[in-house]
Amino acid sequence: MSEEIIKAEGLTKVFNKHLTAVDHVNFSVNHGEVFGFLGPNGAGKTTTINMLITLLKPTEGTASVLGFDIAKQHDDVRNVIGVVPQEYTADEDLTGLENILLCADLYGIPRQIAKERAADLLKLVELTDFKDKKVQTFSGGMRRRLELACGLINRPKVLFLDEPTLGLDVQTRTATWDYIRKLKKEFGMTLFMTTHYLEEADSLCDRVAIIDHGKIVVVGKPEELKHSLGGDIITLSIKDDPDVTEVIRSVENVKDVKKENGSYRIKAEYGEVTAPFVIEALRRKGYSVTKLMLTEPTLNEVYLEYTGKSMRDTEESREAFRAQRMTMRRARA
Amino acid sequence: MSNFNEHHPSKLHGIWALTKRELKKWLKEPIILLMAILQPVLWMGLFGKAMNIGNMFSSSNFGNINIPNLILPGYAVVPQYTSGNVTVPGAVLSPLFQNMFANIGPTAMQGIFGVKDYFSYMAVGMISFIVMFTTMFSGMSIVWDRRLGFLNKVLSTPVSRGAIIFSKVLNASLRSMFQATIILILAVIFGLQVSSTFSVINILGIYAAIFLLCLGLSSVFLALALRSTKWETQMAIVNLINLPLMFASNTFFPISQMPDWIQAIARVNPISYLTDANRQLTVLPLDASSLMVDFAFLGVFAVVFSVIGITLSWRYLTK
Repeated sequence: MSEEIIKAEGLTKVFNKHLTAVDHVNFSVNHGEVFGFLGPNGAGKTTTINMLITLLKPTEGTASVLGFDIAKQHDDVRNVIGVVPQEYTADEDLTGLENILLCADLYGIPRQIAKERAADLLKLVELTDFKDKKVQTFSGGMRRRLELACGLINRPKVLFLDEPTLGLDVQTRTATWDYIRKLKKEFGMTLFMTTHYLEEADSLCDRVAIIDHGKIVVVGKPEELKHSLGGDIITLSIKDDPDVTEVIRSVENVKDVKKENGSYRIKAEYGEVTAPFVIEALRRKGYSVTKLMLTEPTLNEVYLEYTGKSMRDTEESREAFRAQRMTMRRARA
Repeated sequence: MSNFNEHHPSKLHGIWALTKRELKKWLKEPIILLMAILQPVLWMGLFGKAMNIGNMFSSSNFGNINIPNLILPGYAVVPQYTSGNVTVPGAVLSPLFQNMFANIGPTAMQGIFGVKDYFSYMAVGMISFIVMFTTMFSGMSIVWDRRLGFLNKVLSTPVSRGAIIFSKVLNASLRSMFQATIILILAVIFGLQVSSTFSVINILGIYAAIFLLCLGLSSVFLALALRSTKWETQMAIVNLINLPLMFASNTFFPISQMPDWIQAIARVNPISYLTDANRQLTVLPLDASSLMVDFAFLGVFAVVFSVIGITLSWRYLTK
């Protein structure tokens, strides 16, 4: 089997002839890795995943999963993938176990084998004690774990997770990450996930593709991406707000300075060593530093670097994105 | 550890898995089942019993008519009399009229409705009522499945698209058959008079007719719902068409008594054919040729619309 589990070439989806959700996207996912699509809401993540899991037909371009063409060999694709959708799709009127067995039936797994696997999976996601309870009594975290179990019933080669921790509180989110790590370790499967949480992409993914307005802006390992920014970020403010960009720039190891909302964003190698020199240089010129912050770059900085806007800022203009998201939802449905 | 999924779902396996889910959901909500049965029972009780059409013309309703003394010219009675009148007392005429009216009701019922009492006529029509509502709700349920994401999950499995549609149809059929059985038993308890030709085979015939109409009607409603993401839309459609479908048919009144334009609708309305088939099989003396026509119409309706429904589902379930 080829090392490239998923391969997309020029994958494009246009809704209603003018809304381009995914725009000529190219990427490949290697065997055994966790590949993440990171981007704000409405960036085209779910549309991409829906094309890969054969729910949507691409308008243009191709993609293959384990060598099966997603447009022409959809039954083969469906057979080898597992899907954990964004929504809670389990049937609320049925019990946890009934839901898993229903999924098993949809894959044509004989009842006896299905029961054994269901027992194993329930144990894995720690729902054994609740297996005979109706799903409507489950909490958000439990539902998410049940979705995980359902997505694994056919022993998929690739598991697709669409926003696996959307709407979960911080604790449950961390717990869900642990389950996902466990899956990767125990089953050695390839995972494709989407997320708009930077921390999630950072802590879970082996490689991340940052997607914005339907286009992939950069792909790489989170560490590499952060490193590519060239060091740490020093953010400082000074009294009375004169322009001291040139003063800071003259300090050794400082690579770049940007003035943003009255504070300076300094890109520097060895931030902890450079920071005192910056303060010293400013003090010598008679400026006093009122606030200083040293951060190692996060994916947010990476995102900022490549898209020109902060992921968190993007999150804030929620109304616009909600509107866009509704449109996308309607178009998809 | 993660071996390939070596199992492939057969078509039947998929259909049965999804049908089983629907039936489980149904059995877990006994209140919904109770309501579904209560509704036709209420109609049967209120409408079927209150509209005592046969009795409208019965002698008791005319018994109080005060017939005045009849004064006839004498020559009309005995030609020789050329002058004077003969008085016939009303009291003598009354019983004669009453006897005459006593037969009008049943005769009119027999002639127009085919049965002696209205209750027997409409109680059987309630089976069509059940089929119509059950199939409408099966259309609605696919809208819910879509909204809750369940449909997407099913679509990402190798289960056949046709199976998704067919499981809804099968579910509607099984529900309808079950409810029809209960309604028929209740109707017999409430006074439905079964014809002398009724036998167990007739029950199988009723089931077959129900299945055919469910196949056709479910496909229609599912096809309407396939692209819809709002159950409100579906609800509006259901509300709009259930009344015309019910009343422009022979469910409550014989088609022969309707104005031409309603007759034209009623004659293409599949509800009419199910109702007629069921009446033939229960309360009417069985007429093989009209029963054949009923089944032929239902069969064609079922085939045409299930083909359309399954074709549309292939087309629309993958975008």
